[in-house]
Amino acid sequence: MLRPLTLIPVAIFAVLAVLFSVYLWQVGPGGKDISQIPSAMINKPAPQFNLPAIKNLPETLKIPSLTTADLKGKVSLVNVWASWCPPCRIEHPVLMTLADRGVTIYGINYKDRPEDAVRFLTQLGNPFKQIGVDSSGRTSIDWGVYGYPETFIVDAAGRIRYRHVGQIHPHQLESLILPLLKQAAQPAADAAKAGASKTGTSKTGAAKVGNS
Amino acid sequence: MIAEIGHYAVVLALMLSIVQGILPLVGAYRNDAALMGVAEPAARGQFLFVFIAFFALTYAYVVSDFSVALVAHTSHTLKPMLYKISGVWGNHEGSMLLWILILSLFGLMVAQFGRNLPGSLRARVLAIQGLIGIGFLAFLLFTSNPFLRLDPAPVEGQGLNPLLQDPGLAFHPPFLYLGYVGFSMAFSFAVAALIEGRVDPAWARWVRPWTLVAWTTLTIGIALGSWWAYYELGWGGWWFWDPVENASFLPWLVGTALLHSALVVERRDTLKSWTILLAIIAFGMSLLGTFLVRSGLLTSVHTFATDPERGVFILGLFIVVIGGALVLYAIRAPMLKGGGLFAPVSREGALVLNNLLLATATAVVFLGTLYPLALDAIGSGKVSVGAPFFNATFVPLMVPLLIACPIGAMMAWKRGDLPGVVGRLRVAVGLAGLVVLATVMIDGNTDIVAALAMGVAAWLVTGAAVDLAERTGLFRISFSETLRRAANLPRSAWGTAIAHSALGIMVAGITASSSWQTERIQIVRLGDTVELAGYEVTFRGASNVTGPNYTALRGTFDLTANGRKITTLHPEKRDYPAEKSGTTEAAIHTTPIADVYVVLGDSDGKGGWAARMYHNPLVPWIWAGAIFMAIGGMVSLSDRRLRVGAPKRVAHKTPAAEAA
Repeated sequence: MLRPLTLIPVAIFAVLAVLFSVYLWQVGPGGKDISQIPSAMINKPAPQFNLPAIKNLPETLKIPSLTTADLKGKVSLVNVWASWCPPCRIEHPVLMTLADRGVTIYGINYKDRPEDAVRFLTQLGNPFKQIGVDSSGRTSIDWGVYGYPETFIVDAAGRIRYRHVGQIHPHQLESLILPLLKQAAQPAADAAKAGASKTGTSKTGAAKVGNS
Repeated sequence: MIAEIGHYAVVLALMLSIVQGILPLVGAYRNDAALMGVAEPAARGQFLFVFIAFFALTYAYVVSDFSVALVAHTSHTLKPMLYKISGVWGNHEGSMLLWILILSLFGLMVAQFGRNLPGSLRARVLAIQGLIGIGFLAFLLFTSNPFLRLDPAPVEGQGLNPLLQDPGLAFHPPFLYLGYVGFSMAFSFAVAALIEGRVDPAWARWVRPWTLVAWTTLTIGIALGSWWAYYELGWGGWWFWDPVENASFLPWLVGTALLHSALVVERRDTLKSWTILLAIIAFGMSLLGTFLVRSGLLTSVHTFATDPERGVFILGLFIVVIGGALVLYAIRAPMLKGGGLFAPVSREGALVLNNLLLATATAVVFLGTLYPLALDAIGSGKVSVGAPFFNATFVPLMVPLLIACPIGAMMAWKRGDLPGVVGRLRVAVGLAGLVVLATVMIDGNTDIVAALAMGVAAWLVTGAAVDLAERTGLFRISFSETLRRAANLPRSAWGTAIAHSALGIMVAGITASSSWQTERIQIVRLGDTVELAGYEVTFRGASNVTGPNYTALRGTFDLTANGRKITTLHPEKRDYPAEKSGTTEAAIHTTPIADVYVVLGDSDGKGGWAARMYHNPLVPWIWAGAIFMAIGGMVSLSDRRLRVGAPKRVAHKTPAAEAA
């Protein structure tokens, strides 16, 4: 009764179903991140900016302002945050841990009210060496920020080496951020190679970016 | 309390859909009228409970009940009422509920208006609808419950994505879902026919109106989405071959093929197996789009919060529904007996050509959309297939389709007279040639492809007009006789002519806007004037304004032509504080023949502003074409022949009606 012709649709559909299942498995439990958006800024110098310090800082919090020149000389993290952003609040303890480990962290305070930013830092502690206030949001645009929080690793030459969209989860500290900081301490030529390999499959540890 | 009522109503609807999905099938198998009779009250009850659930969720949005998690996540007290209501379907859970509401609405319509369907067919159609309902209600209840509570309830909600706070997008999803879900009717009829093992002209006559409803609403839905992309995304484009756009376009293409092939089944009792397959695929494409968008497998403006669990569930649903139907098709389709024979040159032949071209176009869009996904799945890296691929493959397939369209519409059934038809179309050929020449003369650059495309547009419009003139005997017989014939012409003939000429209007709009667009992207300072395709645009400054739930930077541009003031344009950059994001609102001056389109960009900090200005010739014709296409669908739908409950055949047949 069966005719080969009417079996073709089922066969095509079966291939399709297998394809979707495989891909869904990779994206879901497999943890492949398809939302990774390659940043055009990788291995480029950090954009030029000169941001003022937070206004009316209390005596207990003396945090200087931030300019592009400050980023040079040492590997650092640049974290874009705001007091109104709930994931920033969740991420904050991770930044505190990093600061305790001696990592230099600079903050860009995005479109925030100074009193709110002060309250945030007083309540949760201050991991930042310096903070620049980006009240217009223009500097964040230059950095290519599209979600808050967002974190960049900048090497000693002032070049952006890595971009992390969304919060850094505690488990990513050892598996992702610290190794990348170590890698950023090496010259950029190696990093360029590492960067090139990233564009292939995204299965290696260093290339896993994003909100996984 | 209201939310719990909604939640409980969903549970009850699920129970009823289980009853509706099983008992009538058993009844139809045993020929037990009582069991078959369960289908209609169950369908009515299902609609009632889903409606209660939908109403409960809408109520929660209207009163901003932030103890409902979904409302807290996607609404805000300051949001205008329109967007509080449209916010119901501006998220995954709520839009699924709307999907199900429409599904149960179609079930209700079969129960209400399907009285003249044979009992077993009606029972089986409703049962298949019930089975689909089980899948989606379970999906909603177990993975995407919109009625979950939040404790403690926040004081304020997080707001709806500002991109969705737009009148175009408020109505885009309901129309799209009417289309997607509408194809479930054709699907249910197809599966029911496969179970019965019988497809006849009567079957096609029942399927056609449902397909027309789905096709018409999907046309409107896609047009609204593309219109929105045009004025909201700020790049002057209106179709981006984005995977999710394609996901809505695929069912439309298959649905268009189905409309035409069902015509052959109805009139000539042949092409049955193919039509059944198209009905299954049309709904399959609708489900595929739903799956791709909601599983997080595609990244796009449309993707909802991704959740692999949902992806697994909906993939399972997709495999069971479409895979099951295709297996049934493989087993039962060989039993379907072909009917009338026809010569290759005939109306049937033309419709087969239409179907071949549309099916190939579907395959091309399908491959282009899924190829990146497939490549990524087998680990061969990321690629993106963009507009150049689709323009190079899809457009050449459309050319023969558009050229054949007026010829096919005038061809006689069984055996056509190609030279005769072309001869009768000589006016259209002449006019199309004139349009090509005129275009070449006006356009100094002699873009010959664009000129030919304008000729095709004129060919489609005049071809449809010639068809109507032929049928009504215009200029051959007395005018009053022509009017009498026009009044007696079947509505479906009018619908066909309107939809086919709408296609021509759309082709003209697409061609002109993509070939002769003028673009100016530059920094403007106060008082600067930019020349734009015969207009002058003068920058008069930018200032801050406050809307109900946003603040905006509002530019002022004077639009003049030869120094004569036409209008003032106010493009905006809006910032929505609750949602922490912004939108671009293009300012558009629309005339019947072109759009002037101005977008305000960023300030350079030195008194200059980046501005993007476009002159898009004939771009309004694209949406005018879509509207006429939908009108054609509606006129066709009002045809007496398709009206359920109408006598099988009109006794009196004029020659014109016979040719329809």
